Amino acid sequence: MSEIVIEVKEIKKTLGKGAGQVQALRGVDLTLRRGELTLLMGPSGSGKTTLLLILGCMLTPSSGTVTVCGTSTRNADKEALAKIRRDHTGFVFQSYHLFPTLTAAQNVQLALDIRGDHGRAAAKKAREVLGLVGLGQKAKSRPGALSGGEQQRVAIARAFVANPSVILADEPTSALDSDNGRTIMRILAETAHERDRAVLVVTHDPRIIPFGDRIIEIEDGLLVTEKSGEPERLRIPKAAAFRP
Amino acid sequence: MSLVMTLASRNLFHDQLRFIATLVGIVFSVVLVLIQMGLFLGFGRMVTTMIDHANADLWVLPKGAKCFEDPSLLDLKLRDKVASVDGVASVVPMVIGFSDWRLDSGEMTPVFIVGADLKAGVLQPWNVVEGDGRALSQSGSVAVDRSYFDRLGIKGLDATAEIRGRRVKVIALTDGIRSFTTTPYIFVDLKNARLYTGTFPSRASDLIIRLKPDADRAKAIEAIRTQVGDAEVLTSDEFRSRSRSFWLFGTGAGAALFAGALLGVIVGTVIVAQTLYSSTKDHLSEFATLRAMGSSNKYIYNVIIYQALLSAVIGFILAAAIGYVVVEMTAKSALPIVITPWLVIALLALTIAMCVSSGIVAIIRVVRIDPVTVFMR
Repeated sequence: MSEIVIEVKEIKKTLGKGAGQVQALRGVDLTLRRGELTLLMGPSGSGKTTLLLILGCMLTPSSGTVTVCGTSTRNADKEALAKIRRDHTGFVFQSYHLFPTLTAAQNVQLALDIRGDHGRAAAKKAREVLGLVGLGQKAKSRPGALSGGEQQRVAIARAFVANPSVILADEPTSALDSDNGRTIMRILAETAHERDRAVLVVTHDPRIIPFGDRIIEIEDGLLVTEKSGEPERLRIPKAAAFRP
Repeated sequence: MSLVMTLASRNLFHDQLRFIATLVGIVFSVVLVLIQMGLFLGFGRMVTTMIDHANADLWVLPKGAKCFEDPSLLDLKLRDKVASVDGVASVVPMVIGFSDWRLDSGEMTPVFIVGADLKAGVLQPWNVVEGDGRALSQSGSVAVDRSYFDRLGIKGLDATAEIRGRRVKVIALTDGIRSFTTTPYIFVDLKNARLYTGTFPSRASDLIIRLKPDADRAKAIEAIRTQVGDAEVLTSDEFRSRSRSFWLFGTGAGAALFAGALLGVIVGTVIVAQTLYSSTKDHLSEFATLRAMGSSNKYIYNVIIYQALLSAVIGFILAAAIGYVVVEMTAKSALPIVITPWLVIALLALTIAMCVSSGIVAIIRVVRIDPVTVFMR
């Protein structure tokens, strides 16, 4: 059995106050392991983003426990949570969130820089990782000069350049066409399998189901189904799927 | 090198119009402070120019004399009493005072007479560029600064005029001895000074004391104080300090200069704070991304602080260049702006402090960033 990277138990989260209060999560148990690409799927408002934020230590649960690489987030302040993110987590955002004034290589290097890894070695490593996502030739390009798919590849390179234990990706393919979506999912799957990282992809894009080692469905704040194995066993139309 | 500097510079230069506005604010502020403080220093130097150029160890002044130009008088008998004190090498009386300079055309202008025993060599005209200052002992001889030709209605050496109804002739010209009161200094011999100011032979404005090289300074001062009664005994440094204090603070001139400088600092701080805040607001999503990626608050503060430091250094360099031109332009004016190395260092420190403190408003804004916002767009 692979090493558990993130473990959450009995997570509940209430958002809002008074009459507008919403029970976003109603008791969620989940583990993320190295070498696994997990897909978290569910309709809008099902609680998948809330769960992602809790797994990413950006939101604290109303109750329940979160353990990241053996470190409990209980009683951790904002700075301590940032340190957990810095030490263990890489993020891929739906809208890329690259820095428009930095080059692609500098955007990747930034993930090392905030960890105190400066200098030429960091710059070299950033360029190498950019090469791994097929953008070695565009290291000096600014995000504005890159396509959506290329920008998302830069974002992925930024997410795993510092060797985090887990990569959390929020709708990474939703703004991309089929070809780019497939490329992005291939890179994320390689990251999970070949670099032995835990990868969680939050999505409602059924086309990426074939890439998942585990598919978890969430509805009304509860995990309702969990499936593992071949995509054929998952109820998706073949024509719609990205083929790995 | 950390990317903090790169991020800071890119954030700064990204919006050129805002960057220019920041620089204008800093330059305006620094130049204003530089001019005010340069005027303060220039004024401070000008009001003590006579004390600075007097070859004096100690000064005996009438009680309560506030500055070199104070018109109070001493009894000259004090001279002999002071001369008898152990350790005193010489005691030279000085006579100063306002008088009238009448041109051949009949026009009159006020002048300030400075007279000392020339043989004693305690206070003679300096920077003599034409003529001979030693000839002042001749009756009716005066030395003037050539910057006052227009005021005195003369064109050069050998020009004549009248002071207090007595014929005088310009026998020496100096360069750069300007009075902050704009009233020209006229150097004369002690005897002539009495005539031109109407001072009795038994009176003097000050006594300039030279001590013997081996004299016990503290003891000599103590002994002189017991001899002069009500009169005051000051060292040159004490006299300088008193003169500056009177002209700069007693008259309110210094307070006005400081108020101007303070205004400059406030305006600069507000402008830089406003532009830094607006720049930070424009880059909030980037700061939120950094925070989401796990960046410490310190890393983000450093970006803002570096932005402030960069603005400070670039603004200071521009302001210093403008300041240099202003200093050059005022060098020959009635009140030159004086810039010393310490003033430059202090101004650089002030500029940095001003810009960094301006960043605090931006930092307060950044502290409130919630990294969750990155997932909401």
